[in-house]
Amino acid sequence: MSASLVIVAVGALVAASAGLVGSFLVLRRMTMLGDAISHAVLPGIALGFLVTGSRAAPVMLVGAALFGLLTTYLVQALERAGVREDAGTGVTYTALFALGVALISAFAGHVHLDLDHVLYGEIALAPWDHWLLGEVNLGPRALWTMGAVFAVDLAAVVVFYKELKICAFDPQMAGALGLNVTAFHYLLMTLVSITTVGAFDAAGAILPVAMLVIPGAAAYLLTDRLSRMLVLAVGLGVLCSVLGYLLATATDTPVAGAMAAAGGAVFLGAFVVHRLKRNRCAM
Amino acid sequence: MFANALWVMSGTALLGLAAGVLGTFSLLRRRALMGDVLAHATLPGVVLAYMATGTKAAGPLLAGAAATGVLGVLAVLAITRYSRVKEDAAMSIVLTVFFGIGILLLGVAQRMPGGNQSGLDRFLFGQAAAIVPRDVRLIMAVAAALCLLVLLFYKEFKLLAFDRDFGAGLGFPMTALDLLLSLGVVTAVVIGLEAVGVVLMAALLTTPAMAARYWTNRLSAIVPLAGLFGAASGVAGTLASQVGPRMPTGPLIVLAGSVFFLVSLLAGPERGLLVRLFRFMHARARTRPTQHRLQPQARGGDGA
Repeated sequence: MSASLVIVAVGALVAASAGLVGSFLVLRRMTMLGDAISHAVLPGIALGFLVTGSRAAPVMLVGAALFGLLTTYLVQALERAGVREDAGTGVTYTALFALGVALISAFAGHVHLDLDHVLYGEIALAPWDHWLLGEVNLGPRALWTMGAVFAVDLAAVVVFYKELKICAFDPQMAGALGLNVTAFHYLLMTLVSITTVGAFDAAGAILPVAMLVIPGAAAYLLTDRLSRMLVLAVGLGVLCSVLGYLLATATDTPVAGAMAAAGGAVFLGAFVVHRLKRNRCAM
Repeated sequence: MFANALWVMSGTALLGLAAGVLGTFSLLRRRALMGDVLAHATLPGVVLAYMATGTKAAGPLLAGAAATGVLGVLAVLAITRYSRVKEDAAMSIVLTVFFGIGILLLGVAQRMPGGNQSGLDRFLFGQAAAIVPRDVRLIMAVAAALCLLVLLFYKEFKLLAFDRDFGAGLGFPMTALDLLLSLGVVTAVVIGLEAVGVVLMAALLTTPAMAARYWTNRLSAIVPLAGLFGAASGVAGTLASQVGPRMPTGPLIVLAGSVFFLVSLLAGPERGLLVRLFRFMHARARTRPTQHRLQPQARGGDGA
């Protein structure tokens, strides 16, 4: 498989997984969670290092994933205590990030431990980072991890489609029907956390954070049906990845940044279509 | 060392004051994370200013940062006004797209001949411990200007925060006021960025205002209280960082603010959790006699 195909495929898997769960965040007005998680995982990698003394990828990933979960759960818990989501997100991630910086400079100041080098991967290197199982070369590792993340997201959304839908649009009615609304909120938060942290390792911070909102918000402008919105979000996510890669190779610039910038163009396109459609309806 | 700490303390306290006051209105507008968004949106401006001037002098970089920061505000306002995309999504889109473009431009700047762009992104992640007297004078002037802005437009901002449509009905230019308030936040962020960095600035704009919300329901009291909490976080964080040799000032300021928030969440007299628990117990104690009276009747019904 050629290198550029691997990069586009990893970008597409990140965009598709994030677009799928991000669509529900768009509906629940919680899209800033992605940016929050990208900062809040710092104490996770600090504690992971302090406890095990190792900077190996699995340790960092487990620490990061735990703190990703903690962030989403704290926001949810604060909301139940009467703090609105945007405010709860702000206070949670800034406090956790500050805790991480303080932990690192107090106890691990002698080692190089920052998110850019320890947790965040570089998507341009994905084709050469192979997964070796003993003697067997299984191909690019990022394809496997993001493929697994996408499979989990897709399975959860397909199996719990009806439940996630009613909890996103009308939580009161969901509660009245006897659904455990809180459990499904936490399910969504868990999916968000797994998706972002998995994608941080494969593609760096900016791509998953961007793809958690852009495809979902663009699809939200183009359709009124949730099922179509989800399919569109996955499709637009893949489009962002392809366009971004073309932009990056044309201008010789970082791939993840170019994919996020291409996402801006895709959203702008959806925005223009939405305006044109509305104006035609008005006439 | 100690004289330096005094400068750092007054600088961070003034930043906390201005950010707390402005943050209250952002928070009420459901834009608690606007500071965070704008801080990221300044990256392309910083890089463009560097590419245009070829220097890393603070003046042009700050001007570039302010320019794309304002563009970010306009983009958020346009998206929410002309489509059904909500504020949170509009802010996330602006944050990630602007930051992505910034990374793209950094890649271009890296290849410029004779260019030394290293440390350009570090511009966004300032160090509170490096505040010098000149910075404090700038922060002091800007903080005073921002507090004056809120004082002058207090009534208008209050309308904007609580009932935008009513304000529009009264004939106030609500979109212009919204923009003015956002410009205030951009100014605070741009000044704060170099001194204390992205995350600390986001925290100063959110946490003190949230803490103040638990102590009173009157806006005229929340605004000064938020300023006070912001200033107190600056002072407490700077003092705590003097205790050990490797204690970073910025994060300790954030943590001090978080402690103020946690205490307020628990013990705040207006909406705090303990007060609500007490009210709940009180209400339950008052309704108990009725239940006692009902029980014998129910049993009597069974026997009959």
